[in-house]
This record gives sequence, structure tokens and C-alpha cells, in this order.
Amino acid sequence: MLIINCPYCGERPEIEFRYGGEAHIARPADPSALSDAEWTDFLYNRTNPKGKHAERWRHIHGCGRYFNAVRDTVSDFFVTTYKTGEARPDIEESAR
Amino acid sequence: MSEAARVSGPDLGHGHPYPGVSLAALAEGSKPSASASLKLLPATARLVFRGREAAIGPAGEAFGVALPREACRFNTNGTRSVLWLGPDEWILLAPGEGPAPLFAAIETATAGLPHALVDVSSRSVAFDLSGPKAGFVLNQGNPLDLSLDAFPVGMCTRTVFAKSEIVLRRTAPDSFVVDVWRSFAPYVWQLLEEARRGA
Amino acid sequence: MTGAFRTASGGRIDRSKPVAFTFDGQHLSGFSGDTLASALIANGIHLTGRSFKYHRPRGILSAGTDEPNALVGVGRDEAHYAPNLRATQVELYEGLKAESQNRWPSLKFDAGAVNDLASPLLPSGFYYKTFMWPAKAWTKFYEPKIRAMAGLGRAPEAPDADRYSQHYAHCDVLVVGSGPAGLAAALAAAASGVKVMLVDEQPEMGGSLLASRDASIDGKPAQQWLADALAELSAADNVTLMTRTTAFGYFPHNMIALAERVTEHVAVPDPELPRERLWQVRAKEVVLATGALERPLVFPDNDRPGVMLADSGRTYANRYGAKPGKRAVIFTACDAGYRSALDLAAAGVEIAAIADLRRNPAGELPAKALAAGIEVRPSTAVTGTSGRLRVSGAALTKMGEYDFGATQQIACDVLLMSGGFTPSVHLFSQSRGKLAFDPVLNCYVPGTSVERERSAGASRGLFELGAALEDGYAKGADAAKAAKGAKAPARAFAAQAPRLGTDGHIGATPHNRNPAFAKAFVDWQNDVTAKDIKLATREGFRSIEHIKRYTTTGMATDQGKTSNMNALGIVSDALKTPVPQIGLTTFRPPFTPTTFGIFAGAARGELFDPARQTAIHGWAAEQGAIFEDVGNWKRALYFPRGNEGMHEAVARECRAVRSAVGIFDASTLGKIEIVGPDAAEFMNRMYTNAWAKLEPGRLRYGVMLREDGFVMDDGVVGRMAPDRFHVTTTTGGAPRVLAHMEDYLQTEWPDLDVWLTSTTEQWSVIAVQGPLARQVLRPLLEGIDLSKEAMPHMSVREGTILGIPTRVFSVSFTGELGFEVNVPSEHGRKVWEAIYASGQKFGITPYGTETMHVLRAEKGYIIVGQETDGTATPDDVNLGWAVGKAKKDFVGKRALARASMSAPDRKQLVGLFTVEPQTVLEEGAQVVADPKAPVPVPMLGHVTSSYHSSVLGRSIALAVIKGGRGRIGQKLFVPMPDRVIEVEVTEPVFYDPKGERFDV
Ligand SMILES: [Zn+2]
Repeated sequence: MLIINCPYCGERPEIEFRYGGEAHIARPADPSALSDAEWTDFLYNRTNPKGKHAERWRHIHGCGRYFNAVRDTVSDFFVTTYKTGEARPDIEESAR
Repeated sequence: MSEAARVSGPDLGHGHPYPGVSLAALAEGSKPSASASLKLLPATARLVFRGREAAIGPAGEAFGVALPREACRFNTNGTRSVLWLGPDEWILLAPGEGPAPLFAAIETATAGLPHALVDVSSRSVAFDLSGPKAGFVLNQGNPLDLSLDAFPVGMCTRTVFAKSEIVLRRTAPDSFVVDVWRSFAPYVWQLLEEARRGA
Repeated sequence: MTGAFRTASGGRIDRSKPVAFTFDGQHLSGFSGDTLASALIANGIHLTGRSFKYHRPRGILSAGTDEPNALVGVGRDEAHYAPNLRATQVELYEGLKAESQNRWPSLKFDAGAVNDLASPLLPSGFYYKTFMWPAKAWTKFYEPKIRAMAGLGRAPEAPDADRYSQHYAHCDVLVVGSGPAGLAAALAAAASGVKVMLVDEQPEMGGSLLASRDASIDGKPAQQWLADALAELSAADNVTLMTRTTAFGYFPHNMIALAERVTEHVAVPDPELPRERLWQVRAKEVVLATGALERPLVFPDNDRPGVMLADSGRTYANRYGAKPGKRAVIFTACDAGYRSALDLAAAGVEIAAIADLRRNPAGELPAKALAAGIEVRPSTAVTGTSGRLRVSGAALTKMGEYDFGATQQIACDVLLMSGGFTPSVHLFSQSRGKLAFDPVLNCYVPGTSVERERSAGASRGLFELGAALEDGYAKGADAAKAAKGAKAPARAFAAQAPRLGTDGHIGATPHNRNPAFAKAFVDWQNDVTAKDIKLATREGFRSIEHIKRYTTTGMATDQGKTSNMNALGIVSDALKTPVPQIGLTTFRPPFTPTTFGIFAGAARGELFDPARQTAIHGWAAEQGAIFEDVGNWKRALYFPRGNEGMHEAVARECRAVRSAVGIFDASTLGKIEIVGPDAAEFMNRMYTNAWAKLEPGRLRYGVMLREDGFVMDDGVVGRMAPDRFHVTTTTGGAPRVLAHMEDYLQTEWPDLDVWLTSTTEQWSVIAVQGPLARQVLRPLLEGIDLSKEAMPHMSVREGTILGIPTRVFSVSFTGELGFEVNVPSEHGRKVWEAIYASGQKFGITPYGTETMHVLRAEKGYIIVGQETDGTATPDDVNLGWAVGKAKKDFVGKRALARASMSAPDRKQLVGLFTVEPQTVLEEGAQVVADPKAPVPVPMLGHVTSSYHSSVLGRSIALAVIKGGRGRIGQKLFVPMPDRVIEVEVTEPVFYDPKGERFDV
């Protein structure tokens, strides 16, 4: 069971959290302006990187907040977590 | 109404009797113990307050207990308490009181300020778990570090107990209060009783 | 039989406490402190089982977790029976009953041993090669036979009567293993003041120190030093010591799983205590001091009872006062064999000879052996053993430079072997740490760490006592520092013990026997020989992962604790490839087999899952309701009267609602209170409907889509005030809908001033449905005018009932006039009973979910999740009217605009009438146009709901059919296994299509 650092509550066990998919994919302001291809891209296509992945988590059995995390998909260790709305941190150092 | 889990069709052989479990009966049958005792707490007015910055102060003033701004902490004044549940979410507790006058007072104080106040007095029930082994009992379903350093008196949080969500708070070094949604209460109570055996 | 093989004195057993036990019905006696294995050995018994494949007699090989042979079943009775326990780890208690396994009819005469004579027919890959054809024979013949003949113990027939508990714990430093390195690590961490847990799988802490005869630490005999160290740790209140506790799994982020055996060793267990506890420990830092396992030597007939690991033989003599035999031959490739010889000699065992694979054994221990007059034979291998159920002699063959010299038979009743030690890196490997090959020790040691852990002592190849202590202390101090920045005082250890050196052997040892018949076992538990592994390499296998699966070496319950390195050695030799290039198989949890009970914990029977009950549950149960599970909820399915079955009860309940009045517990509906100045705007974005114009006091049926345009949920929504909505969701969808709303609110539209609160459990919902509903409720309500004019269909009013605040909805899911009374759930039952009493004179009838389903199906109302399957648009299920076409945007709108979402051949909701009106279709049945069409028959859709309708006197069904609305009036077919049912496509509303009954 992973330890996840909620930006509001601090380090808590994974069992209190729910995964929320890739982060920083904003819903288009005017969906009707998008072509079918653009809409499909928004709805379904994700980067799925091997390595650092910015993703959403929700502290559902805690403060209830959605927040973002950068997790290394190879090591499964979290590099950092940050509040929704904040920019993705520039991550270079490796996770432990 | 979605009844996705339902099995139906011309073969109507499903269903079963289920006498059910009465929480009151469970509470009555609970034996106190020197290591950890379990007690059903009386009815409480419970109001959820959520809102923008401007409404937070007036809400606390109207209730008589300031809304804590530190994460996972609760404030108490007399019998009333306010628990921080999230950065814009608090639960206001007034044991033994009715929710209506409190609701009205807070709505008056916060009129025109963006907020939401909802009566959830009936949504949950609360247990007191007290004794030197209270933490040991809780840790049989709750994964948090319940040492006094990590979970001091005055701390509260939504968390889990086995397959149920709970709101947990520490009222004294050896005392916790577990607030649990009504329909999950017999399940949590019975697991706590099981955890108390041999504690 | 008494302990004829006891030493005269010594050991850690309590000779004042004899313990009676039985093995295969034979009455025996041991002492408190014995394991089952040590007590058997003290009674001269080595034969404890039959091997997996060949049914060869097998004896006790080791003294610990690595035991591959001596697996036994132990049970107080059938409900407290555990098979496959290692006798080396079973603690003796008064009255213990143990039985051997995998033998028939008896251990000494086993019919399966014919497999041994046929063994040339059972090479590696035997199963794959032999049982291939015909396929039918596999399930009918081969598998049952193989299962009966091979395998391990039997599963108990009775449900497990024991209790198990599960615990979470946290500490700064967790030390696994309490041998010299682990103890020293714990002492360092304890002195640093951090919170320490020291766990050990054995009943006593001390590891190798427990078998020490002549070592000393800090000027004290090692066992005295151990007692002092444990006293120091016990006295420290920042230290938790746990014995009988196996660290069996290393999970991410330093979560270590421990299995603690609480009552297994007790003659009369305390019923308040669990049999075992599962501990999930989150440690800031971990010290792995898991020690090392002795390697056997792979030589012909090395599996005869009486052949044993040398250090285990020493452990039995020193720790348990049990002599493994009267006359021993030692076969060794390292100095440890000499230590065993010396200790056994001191215990009164005659040492017939030491055969040493090495040409020139020159260490401190060989010198001592020579000085003690023990016959030492360098450059000598054991090339065979004699005896049947127990070894009676060994063949010692001199090895020349190029060939074998003379072979001499030497009589013995025990043969001890030592190929050196293999660090126990299982937990390190589980933690995903990278192993490194140590060419000096010829084994793998921990390399790069991934988790916050470090290995200490023998588990990283430091086998000398002094080195293990120093390393342990340093690692304990390092862990405390890493955890909390704490500092341990400097401490040195003055250890005196004979040096063991670094020699050892992996692979098979040389022999001059006919290779076609010599059986030199590598994996005792899976009966894999050196020959099997060589065969695999000849057949082209190269990777150890493949060789392992083909030969099954290392795949038994011991996970190759004794066999892995020797298997690698054999492959390396056969392929002429260095060991590190062959690779190493992965170690996986659990370290030793673990009970299922420990994973279940208290989650069994009624406590397996929460059984959610509404406030009205008790009333329904008292009325004899039959319940169904809906998610975790218990919902009343129907209320039988007298001898009614479900059909009769449901028909009666349906008639009551259509003709008079029924009462239904709808409390499980999900409810969300949406409050704030932007509440209506938020509703507009989340639902397909338009909300701005909905007046306070009115209700609307809302449809919610996912962003991909498919129906996600539905429910009736009441506007309580301009800034307050009372939203209902499906029973199963409540948490999902709330999370979906929170997601959009928090991450897409954080600027909206609106907040969500779950009120599912705040309200009991009592549905009163039927033409007489108004008469039933009217006398009870205060402040609410129920008249048609004051409260039309689809409105909501607030008032009180019995003085309790209520929200009353005029809403119908039955097609009749109806109301839903919401009251705070602590008053739910009281209000229900008052309504029921008020309804008596109108014939009020409680009904369950089955009747609710029939009534709504008669009206063509969908159930999300039954008529929809995650690929239905609103239009597909005739809800196009609920989509606000003028709205610029809502969740799912853009997706609905895709051409395929309005294609004419989409599956559309229709009704079906069976041509034979009493035939009730099966839900899920496929619908086709031509049942005689060639296979694969084109499928048009399927039946989603199907019931007998008592008001119509016939069956009805809902179905989703390709282009269904265009097929109304057509005949289609539902092929079933025994017949084809002809159906007519109809409109999906079967009853009161104009909705005239709502406002009676
Ligand atoms: Zn949080």
C-alpha cells in the first residue's frame, strides 16, 4: 500500500485515495467548437509515459480534495504532490 | 433507480430473510472493559458547513465555536465542537440539541455570503471508544498511525474502518469518537467488538 | 517411546516439563521447548513423509523454514486442522496430534513408491509430455489421479473455527530477524531513542546464538549475552519485541506484512485470542537481518532419511538436546561441517568420518577436528547412501586429479552435509532491491536498494559472529538516523567464535555412479534431480526462468530455499556459463506459506461486507419480508403472506398499488443537497435538462451523462429554494454521482459558488403510492396541502409529520398517484409505522423492490444499469425529451453531436409481447430476426427487463433492439436452448400511456 502526501492532510495510506487519471487535461471551454477528432483526443488519448507521470488523485476518504501528483510509473514512487490549479512542477531528480 | 446488482427474470428464486442487526441492542449488550470500552453516544445536531472565506468567520461566531483553519483539527466550546473535514468543509456538532435553531442562526449570520449549510443530524451515529487499548482496537480496521505524536488530542479526520468510511477524532489520550453513517454503524460496531476481544 | 536420542544435558528445552504427543497415532514424548521435529529426532524418528512425485521415504532435512520434507498435518480437530506445516516450526504442546502426508496406506509402506521404480518414465517435463491426449482424459482421468497421488496434505473438511485478526502498526525502525545482527541493530536503534520493532519467526529470539556452544561475546557465553541483550531491549519502552512472527511480505513504501502465531503453540488456547494476527507494519526504515540458509550438497541418494543439513544437526544437538543419530558421516565443502562435527562429538555422537570436497581444508575448525582425533578425508565425495527408511551407510569416494579413486562404505545412521551458506535475500528481493553476485561466496547478496532498507549480517554474506554484530549495530544506527536523525552511542562487540571462512559449493558434486540411475536431489519438495535439470538444458532451455518452470525446481512451497543456488550451479556447469549470466528467479511473498485465515481476518460471514440496513429494516423483517442485496444494501424484495411464493406475493402487491395504496421503503436512493448561489448553473452543466426555469417547490426528472454522451444516472430533483436543490440518484450510483460532480466542481469550475453534501442517509424515504395515497397521508401532515390544486404531480413541499420536519414529493415511479415522504432517518421507522396505521382502513399494502420493478416496467420507466449498459444515449432509451437542446453545453453534449450517436440502427428501447402471453422471457436473452439464419445468427439486441404483469394478465418485456422504434409491430424471435419464442415489438409503455392516473 502506497503512502500518498495529500497537499492538505499530509502523508496518508493509499486506501484513503482514489486515482483520477492523467492531470492537466482541461475540459475545453467551448466543446462545440471542437472537431470530432479534437474531441476524441480530449476524451480518450493520454500520454501513458514510462517514467514521470502527472496524475490526479482524490483524498476521497479524507479531505475529499482532488489534487495532482507526479509519480514515477517505473518505480511507483511519488515525486511530489500539489494542489489542483497549480502548474506541474519541473521535475528532474529521480524518485525514491 | 438503478438496481444493477439485482438478479431478476422468470426464475424468481432469489432473495433471503434477513432479520437485521439493531444497533441499540448491540450497544446494550456491550460489556465495558478496562482495556477499551465502546459506548453509543446520544443524538447530536450535525450541520455541514461549506463556503467561501467571507462566510467562515460569521458561521463560527453564530455557532459559538470558531471553525478551525488548521487541517484535521477540531475546536470545542462547551458541548459544541467544529471539525475540519476539508479546506472548505466543516461539520458542526451540538450534542443533545435540535438542528433547526442552529441552522437558522447560522443562515442569518451568513446571509448573502457564498456558503452551503446542510442538516445531516440523522446521517450518522457516533461511538465513544475509550481505554488504554483504544488505539490498538481501532488499528484493526484503520490504517492511520494512532500514536499520540501522529494523532494528537484535538485531531479529527475522515478515514476508513475496514470497508466503511468513518470520521475519527481523539478527545483524550485514551478516547476516540467514531462517527459513522447510520447504515454502516452495525458493521463497524461489530468489528470494533470483535477487535476488543483479547485486547 | 521415550527420548532415546536425548543428550545427557543442555539445550534450551525444559527437561522438567515432559510433553506427550502423537505422530501418526504413535504416542511419543518430548519436552517443553521442543519442536515436533526435534522431539521426533530425540525419539530416533527421521522418516516423516513421502516425496511429492516418487513417493520416496523422506526425513527431516533442516531445523527451520527451509524444511522441504517434513510437512505434517496438525489439528486439534477437523475445524482446527492445518496441513503442510513444517515439523521444524511446529512447537510441541501437550496432546499435539500430527500426521504425515502424501502416503497411502501408511508412511512405512506406501503404494505410490512404485513411481520411484518407474522413475525413468518420469523425467522433467513429464506432465507436459505425457498427458496431452486425448483432451477429455485430462479432466476425467489424469488430473484426479495425479492429484490423488502427488501433492501435499489434505484440506480440512470443516470450516475453520479459529479467529484471525488484522492490525496496522507503525514504527521508526523495523528489524527483521533477531540473530546477532538483528539484535545488534535493535540495540543501536533502541539506544537512539526511536520507536523500534524487532520481529522473529521463532518462539525465542536469538537466531544462531540459540545453537551456540562455545562462542562468547563481550567475555560472556553467547547465550548469556543473548539473555542480557534481550533483557535490555525488553526494558526499553521504545522497543516492541515480537516472537513467532514471520515477516512474509515486503510491499511498496516500506509496508511489511507480518504473520504472528498467537495460540498455535498452546495446548488450550484462550478463546478470546485469535489464532494468528496479520500485522501490516509501516516502517520508516527497515533492517533486514534475516540470516542465511545452509546449502545441501547434491549427491546420489542424498534424500534418504537421516541425511540432514550439518548446521541443522548441530542445532538439534545444541539447542534441543536431540542427537540426530549415534554415528555420523559428515560431507562438507566448507568449515561449517567441522563445527557441526565438533559439536555433535561433544554431544556424544560418534563421528565416523568427515568427507571434504576440498583438497586442502586448512581453517581453524578443520585443525580442531584433527586435534580432536576425527578422521578427515580431503578430496572425498559421498557418492551414494544405503538404507531404506533410514540411512545405514555412506559411500565415500576419493577424487583423483582426473578420475575417481577407491570407494569405501562407511556405516552411519546420520549423514550431515554442508555446501556453505546462502544469504536469505527473500525480503530484500521482494522489496525490488537488485541482487549482486558475490564470486567469493558463490551466492547472491543484496545490491542496490529500492526501499528504505538495509541488510545486515549473514543476510548480506557476513557469516562471522563478530562481523555480524558490528554490521548489525552499524545498520541499526544508520536506520535510526535515517528515520529520525537520531544518533546511537558507539558500541563495540568483543566476539570470539571459530572462523567459518568463505568456502562452499554450488551445483552437483562429482560422482562415479551410472548417471542414468543416480538420483541426486536438488529440490526435495518437488522431487527434482540434477539429472532433470541437465536434461532441460539438453532440450534447449537456457533461461533459469524457463528451466524452473519446466523442471519445477524451486517452485514448491519452500520456494527453493535449499535448491535455488544448486540449480543455478548445475545449469552454469551444463551450459559452461557463469552463474550471474543465467539469472535468478524472483522471490515473491509469502516467505513461508501463510494461512488464508490471516488474509480474511474478521471479514467473514456476516462481517464480510457491510450489510446496510435502512431505518425501516427492522419493521420489514418483523413482517417476514424477503430481502435482496442491492450493492451493500439489504432491500425488501417482497412481503409474503401465509404460504405465498414470490409470484403470488408480487401479484397481490401490484394489484394493491394499482387499485388502492401501497407503501414502499425507498430510503436507499442516493441523495445529494446542492446548495449555493450557482446551484442552478451547476445543475445546468451536470444534467441534460434545463433547470433555470424550474420553480422552487417543483420537481423534475433529471438525466446525467458521462462526458462520452452515455447515460450515467437519473433521478428526481427537487428545487427547495433558488439556491438549494434536493437531488436523488440511483441506489447504486450515489457515491459515483457525487464523485463525478465533485470532480467537475473542483477541477473544472472551481469558480462556481456551489457545494455538495451527501444526504443519502439523512433521509428515510417512504413512498406511498396508489389512488388512495392522498387519503392515507392527509391526516398526518401539518403545513402541507396535498390537494391536486395545491400540490400537483411533480412538486415538493416542506412541513411536518408527527411534528417531525419533512419534505414531501408528489412523485410516482409506479404510474399511480404517489408521494414520497422524506423524514430524518432517526425518525424513519416511527413515521413509517404511523403511515401504515393510517393506511389500514384503505388496505395499505407494503411492497418490495420486485413489485416496484414490475410497476415501473408496465410504465416503460427505465432502470439505469438494466435498460442501459454504459453505451446508451438518452434517445436510445426514449429520454430524448429530457435533453435541453437549447443549452449551449452540458457534460456529454459534445459527444452526442457525433454522427454515430444518432445512427438509425442504434439499439433502441422497445417493448416485447410474447405471442404466447403467459411466456415470460429471460432477461439477457438475445433477439433475432431469423432464428434459422446460418451461424453466426445476426443479433438484433437483447431483453433487458421481463415480468408477468398482473394488471395486464400477461407477460411484458423491455428490450433494446437495433432500429427498434422502426420495428414496432414486427415479429421477432428469442431463441432459447429448448425452443424459439416468437415476440411482437411494441411501444415500451404498457399501462396508462397517457399518464392519466398521476393526478386522480
Ligand atoms: Zn487530504
